[in-house]
Parts: sequence; structure tokens; C-alpha cells
Amino acid sequence: MNVHRNQRVGILFALPWIIGFLIFLAFPLVSSLYYSFTSFSVLRPPIWIGLENYRELLTDTVFRTSLANTLVFTAASVPLATTVAIILALLLNTKVKGMAFYRTIFYIPSLVPMVALGVLWLWVFNGQYGLLNQGLGKLGLPEPAWLSDPAWSKWTLVIISIWGTGNAMVIYLAGLQDVPQSLYEAAELDGAKTLSKTRHVTIPMISPVILFNVVMSIIGSLQTFALPYVMFPGGAPARSTYFFSMYLYDNAFLYQRMGYASAMGWVMFAITLALTMLALKASSRHVHYEGG
Amino acid sequence: MTADPNVSRPEVPVRAGRPNRARRSRQFRILATHATLMALSLLFLMPLLWMMSTALKPTDQTMADPPVWIPNPVQWGNFSEAFSYSAKDLGYTPFLVYGQNTLFVTILAVIGAVTSNALVAYSFARIEWRGRDLLFALTLATMMVPGPVLMVPLYALFKEFGWIGTFRPLWIPAFFGSAFNIFLLRQFLRTIPMELTEAAKIDGASEWTTFSAVILPLARPALSVVALFTFMWAWNDFMGPLLYLTDQRTFTLSMGLQFFQSQHTGTPWNLLMAASLIVILPVLVVFFFAQRVFIEGIATTGLK
Repeated sequence: MNVHRNQRVGILFALPWIIGFLIFLAFPLVSSLYYSFTSFSVLRPPIWIGLENYRELLTDTVFRTSLANTLVFTAASVPLATTVAIILALLLNTKVKGMAFYRTIFYIPSLVPMVALGVLWLWVFNGQYGLLNQGLGKLGLPEPAWLSDPAWSKWTLVIISIWGTGNAMVIYLAGLQDVPQSLYEAAELDGAKTLSKTRHVTIPMISPVILFNVVMSIIGSLQTFALPYVMFPGGAPARSTYFFSMYLYDNAFLYQRMGYASAMGWVMFAITLALTMLALKASSRHVHYEGG
Repeated sequence: MTADPNVSRPEVPVRAGRPNRARRSRQFRILATHATLMALSLLFLMPLLWMMSTALKPTDQTMADPPVWIPNPVQWGNFSEAFSYSAKDLGYTPFLVYGQNTLFVTILAVIGAVTSNALVAYSFARIEWRGRDLLFALTLATMMVPGPVLMVPLYALFKEFGWIGTFRPLWIPAFFGSAFNIFLLRQFLRTIPMELTEAAKIDGASEWTTFSAVILPLARPALSVVALFTFMWAWNDFMGPLLYLTDQRTFTLSMGLQFFQSQHTGTPWNLLMAASLIVILPVLVVFFFAQRVFIEGIATTGLK
């Protein structure tokens, strides 16, 4: 009787999500898989073409460029932003006065809406009048054309991703504060200095947090869209900033090739899963979970 | 002799004989940490300070070499000019309308997210029913689905519903929960002792009363985290408005800013910066009032 009542009430409370899950997730996911085997635009119904979309992806050079751009960006920005976030968190965890103040400052950039972020950095990176190049010029350093030179444009985005790393920093900082003080004291008794304490106590203790964050940032980086869309329309210069999501978006809404775009979506899903598995596997020996 | 209170804890062996040197290197290290943090803070704040400075400059000073940091005169008019650019042609003040639209979508999304996720998380955390754990595992798995996979089918679905060109795709889904928020709330609700609600139920309280009178008040910190995250997400969302909004009159601030920027490529940087600040400022204000909730919320979501 009680069990029955629980069953009914439980489902009733979960009903919004059950409906939402079915309508806004499960159904779209299944239909996207179906669309990926069709030729389809909003104007006419889907026509089954089997594996044609996937076959075309294999020979599509723009697809290859967009995939390479995305992977290069992810490979550069995730390690760099993670390292900076951990270093900032370590610096803030030294019990210096004003920790909350600095934490706020490092966090603020990650609050800025993507579009405003793009506009702001267009101005800072402006080749002629930008603050950055004026500064570099003063120091007698080369002044790259950050926005119009294909060799630099991707790095522009990497630098911005480092600037926005405050979110991760806050998470690391919380992880650091959970490391039991007794471990440090034990290490000190063994004569460990700051650096070796960091290497042998701190990093292993926060390794699960690092893993979680790295996986989340890989997933996020693979989907990068708004920033390059605002800063580099069409992936200019020379498609050097044309990302996977941008090509997917253009296929769906510019070229009206929604079946093809859906196939791209599934390739992205597969890559996301593969990279996540890789990260989990590669880290399994290094990540330390308390209590086994 | 030199009793340094900082190094006199008994369990830490003081490097004997050189307390002065130890203290000096300690002070040096604190100083170095502060200097590094200060320099880094400046580096992190510089772009934003430059944005504010540019937003208040007369046009000819924006491109001055060497750069002018303190505008002279301070041109507050840039804000009103950016705010109401081409208002005459349009017949309305664009950034005012964008702001209203954004506020409308954001408020509805926040209400939807808080109510729906609270209900669902309560079911997952505190009611035992068959299939619950399976559904919860499935819910977690959906966090792996990249947004772009759903771009086309959601567009097709919303088109079927007749929602394209309306605000509905931007807020109605919020009323049906989201995996991330459900997870966050469920973890919090599980930390509330079961005895608390069991006692209420023995006294004859219904599940609904238990939820609304016992659990909801206790869950307020976690609910404010959900509210804040949803606020940020809805306020900053660019992809959604880009996909579903078709008329300039319905644009949100992010969308409107991008539109404004694409129309003024390269020229009036002071106006562009002023417009960007209009978009950023509300977020910063909310952050300053709710800083604690925010930081703690982010900190806890990264763990476990």
C-alpha cells in the first residue's frame, strides 16, 4: 500500500523531468540520428539516403579543417587554462590576506557574457589601435596581427580562454581547502619543502577534481561557438577559426543541409565520448580517490 | 630568544639556530606571493578597465597613441547614444527593448528552473520508487550529450510547435528540469537527515506538505544556486536567441549586441564598449550582491 503510494507520488514529482526528458532530449536525439541518414531541409521533408552524409564527411575538406581547428584549440586551451587555474588556486591557498578579494578579481572575467567578451577582445587585440599591440610596441616586441593572421587567430582564442578560467579556479580552490592539514604536517615531518608538498600531497589529493574539470572543459571546448562566431565571422582569416559547431550551424541554417548537420552532430558526440574515455583511462593510474 | 609565534608550533621542527633567517624567508615569501597576485590581478582586470575607459572617451581619444586611460572629458553621453542608436528609424529604443526581452526570458527561466528542479530532485533524493535509480543514471548520462547534436532536431521540433520567432523556446524548456540542476539539488537534498521528514510523515503530513513545509525552506541555499546559475545562463545565452529569434524587436541583449557590432564593424569603439557594458553590468551587479552563494555554489558543483 505504502509502496504503491510512493510509486505514484515519486513519479508525479519527477513528472516535469520525465516529460522534459522525453520531449526535449530523447525524442530530439533519436530524430537527429534519423535525420543524419537523410537529406533534409526545413522546407521539405527528410528523404532517406543511408550513409551518404557520413560518406561525404570523409571527403569534405571544410569539415576536416573545422575538426582540426577545434581539436587544436582544445588541445592548446584545456591544458593551458587548467594549469593557470591550478596555479592561481595554489597561490590563493597560501593563506595570504585578501584571498576573497583576489578570488573575486580572477573570477570576474568568467562572468562576462560571450558576445560582450568577443567585442571587448576584438578591441584589445585590434592590430593597429589595440591595447595589446600598443603595449608590445612600447616594449619593442613584435606586434602580430592577432585577428587577421591565420597563424595567430587561434592563439587569440586560446589566450581568451585562459583569461576566463576563473570558474575552474574557484573549483580547484575549494578542492585545495578540503585537503586535510595533517597530511601537510606529516610531509613536513619527513622534511618536504613547498614544491614537493605540492607535487606529492596537493596534486594527488585534488586529482579527482582535476579530472572532473578537465573532462568538462574538453566537452565545452569541443562545442566552442559564440566567441569565434562573434570575433571571426565565417571563421576568418582563411578559415583558421572555423570551428566544428560553426560549420554545423552553417550547414543547418545557411546551406539548409540539416541532414548533413545532424551527421556532424553525431560525429561530435562520438568524439566527445572517445575523448572522455581516453581522459578517464589515461588518468586511472594517476587519480587518487580517498578510501579506495 | 627570538620567540617567533609563527614557527613555535611544537609539532613543526624549527630549523634550529636560524630563526631569523627562517622568518625573513617567510616574510619574503608572503611578499612575493602578494606581488605575484597583485600583478596577475592587474593583468586580469586590464581588459575590463580598458573597456570602461574606452566607453567613456570621445571618439578621437579611443585610438590615441600612447593610449589614454583617463578619458578627458568623461563622455557619459556615449551610453545614451549606444542605448538608443537608430531609435528614430526603428521607432523604439533598441537596447531598452533588448533589456526588457532579456529580463522577461530570464525571469521565466529562473522561475521554471527553480520549481521544476526542486520537484524532480525531491523525488530522486527522498522518495523511493521503482525505476528511480535507473532514470537518475540516465539523467546523468545526458550531461554528456553535446548541445550541437540537438540543434537541428530541436529547431525542427519548435518549428512544428510554431514557436520559432517567439520567446517560448528560450523559457518553456526550463519548466521541465535540467540534468545539471537536478543533480546539484539532489546531492544537497540527500544531506538532509531522513528522520526529519519521517517524523513529519508519522504526524500525518502528506508528501506535498513534507516537500513544501519541511524540505523547501531547508533547501534555500541550493535553490539560490540553481536560480543564480539559471539567471547567468539565460542572460548570457547567445545560441538560443540566434536560432529562434527572427525579429530585431524580440532580440535579447546578447543578440542585440552582436547585431549592433556586426553593423558597426570597426568604427565607433567607444559606443561598442558602452553597449557591451550595458550587457555586462547587470551580471556584475547580481554577482556582487550574491557573491557568496555564487562562489560556494560553483565550488560545490565541481566536487563529487
